[in-house]
Amino acid sequence: MAVVEVRGLRKEFGDVVAIDGVDLRSEEGEFLVLLGPSGCGKTTLLRMIAGLEQPTDGEILLGDEDVVGLPPRARRIAMVFQSYALYPHMTVANNIAFPLKAQGTDPAERSVKVQWAAELFGIERLLHRRPRQLSGGERQRVALARALVREPTVFLLDEPLSNLDAKLRAAARDDLMEFQRRIGITTIYVTHDQVEAMGMGDRIAVMNHGKVRQLGTPEEVYHHPADVFVAQFLGSPPMNLLEATNFLFGFRPEQFLPEGIADHEGDRVPFTFHVNRIEYLGSERYLYGHIREYDETKIIAMLPATVTLPIAVDQNHKFSVARDQLRFFDRDLGNKIPPQTLNP
Amino acid sequence: MTTTTAARKRYLSDNPRFLAGLFMSPAVIYIIALVGFPFVLAIIYSFTNISTGNPELDFVGFETFRRVLADPVFREALWNTFLFAVMANLLVVVLATALAEVLIKDFKGKWLVRFLVLLPWVAPVSLATITWLWTLDSIFSPIDWVLRELGLITENVYWLGRPGSAMGSVIAVQVWRIVPLAAVIVMAGLIAIPSEINDAAAVDGASSWRKRFQVTIPLLAPIIAVAVLFGVILSISDMSVVYVLTRGGPTNSTQVLSTWAFIKGIEGGALGQGAAVALFLLPVLIGITAVVLRLARRREVL
Repeated sequence: MAVVEVRGLRKEFGDVVAIDGVDLRSEEGEFLVLLGPSGCGKTTLLRMIAGLEQPTDGEILLGDEDVVGLPPRARRIAMVFQSYALYPHMTVANNIAFPLKAQGTDPAERSVKVQWAAELFGIERLLHRRPRQLSGGERQRVALARALVREPTVFLLDEPLSNLDAKLRAAARDDLMEFQRRIGITTIYVTHDQVEAMGMGDRIAVMNHGKVRQLGTPEEVYHHPADVFVAQFLGSPPMNLLEATNFLFGFRPEQFLPEGIADHEGDRVPFTFHVNRIEYLGSERYLYGHIREYDETKIIAMLPATVTLPIAVDQNHKFSVARDQLRFFDRDLGNKIPPQTLNP
Repeated sequence: MTTTTAARKRYLSDNPRFLAGLFMSPAVIYIIALVGFPFVLAIIYSFTNISTGNPELDFVGFETFRRVLADPVFREALWNTFLFAVMANLLVVVLATALAEVLIKDFKGKWLVRFLVLLPWVAPVSLATITWLWTLDSIFSPIDWVLRELGLITENVYWLGRPGSAMGSVIAVQVWRIVPLAAVIVMAGLIAIPSEINDAAAVDGASSWRKRFQVTIPLLAPIIAVAVLFGVILSISDMSVVYVLTRGGPTNSTQVLSTWAFIKGIEGGALGQGAAVALFLLPVLIGITAVVLRLARRREVL
């Protein structure tokens, strides 16, 4: 087990800056998620930790040892790829044994370890098959077994669930969490799926344009976004953002409730909400509209199914947000600022 | 409604069967006229004793084949063909695989290297071979000149004048000619290997040799098989290199079936025997093709 740390990391591909000065440190045995839109540099960061790309500048430390310049095989890391990258011409057993052969483990010990890894992931009966004969979920388990058989110190995963269909994905997520807990290995997990990130990560590093915008627990990044990007990237639908005289403020759609639902809950800020359209989604209702005082900006409110209050379309309604659920941002820089006074 | 009637009218060009026939006809006519007809003619000739002196079709059964087989030159040519095709293609596989790895690398002047590698393939074969004829010339050979200047030889090698070096020379030139095609085929195979497989091998700790021999080459095997198939067929059926360089000499030591068929049938006028020699390896070629294609397909669905 080891801690992964990067300091002042930069990566340029020609004129394109893929990673623009990243500092990041994992905890021992932590499940750290790199989350961001495609092209934000999260995969490049992971590949640099793996040694598949060399940084333009900066340090990468694995267990306090600077590994910049070391080839992947000298880093004691394991990686699972998006496509799983199983060797198609080898049986499952040979796929799992490949890293052991590469490090020169003797055959007897090798077969013991292959057996151990196969049992860990419940794939003993697949050992003689070839990757083509496996389902998506089975392939993923083989990829995990191959990655873990060498007992690496750090485990890197690059969108390992994105090739699975929705139903399998939930089950695979569950499995993955369980394995990680049981082995207790430091894991860095790249995804663009915020549901995966929120559900799996001990901490999440939200990335955009080659920078880490915020590092924190799922609660922190969701409820206390460090800037406008994080506020709008996380949450579905995203945080509503409105422009006041010289700052921005926002609130989550589920915090925006009609009069009479949450009135007793302390200090609330009232708004007049004009509803244009309603989407009924079973477990909740999405109300699309705008606030009278901030005419231009579209607002989404999300009412849980437990709120059965009828809402009429094309009319004004009295809605409110708890004052401590309002978030404030600098209008030009977009970063978080202390609470301001609203005088609509 | 006039528009509907106009729209409803059917044209001949709306008929997919007619269009299919029309579009395929140039290829079909070409193949029948230039491949099918001579092929059938060759089969017919091989069962007659037709010659330029006696252009009548007298069917003699397998007599022509018997006479061709009895000729010691034919047996030498058969062995030479085997040697020529096998040696040339062994070298081609090794060189093409190595070259393909160079070709997919990103480096300055990549286009120039690619151009130079492909040059032997795009140059007309007879012209290119004539260049080699001069390069291997018994008196003016620049290779001999270099070796002499380096003090490695005292007199010229006579590359094409002695049996052993003549065979070596025609094999070398054949390799030079086929390698670009094979390299491009293998390169296509290399490009088709997903980059994540290479990354996985790197992360799994494989050295570059282990990666090459346990991952890359096994994955390339079906593609290499296709390249070899092309190479073998070209080496057995194409006579240009041997004919231009040595005409089968000295004393038939580089005689192969394709040149022997030409010399016997066209230059010697024994059309029937020429056809029999040319057709002799047809079953072998069909067999090789079937086996290689089956292997390639099996590797694909493994």
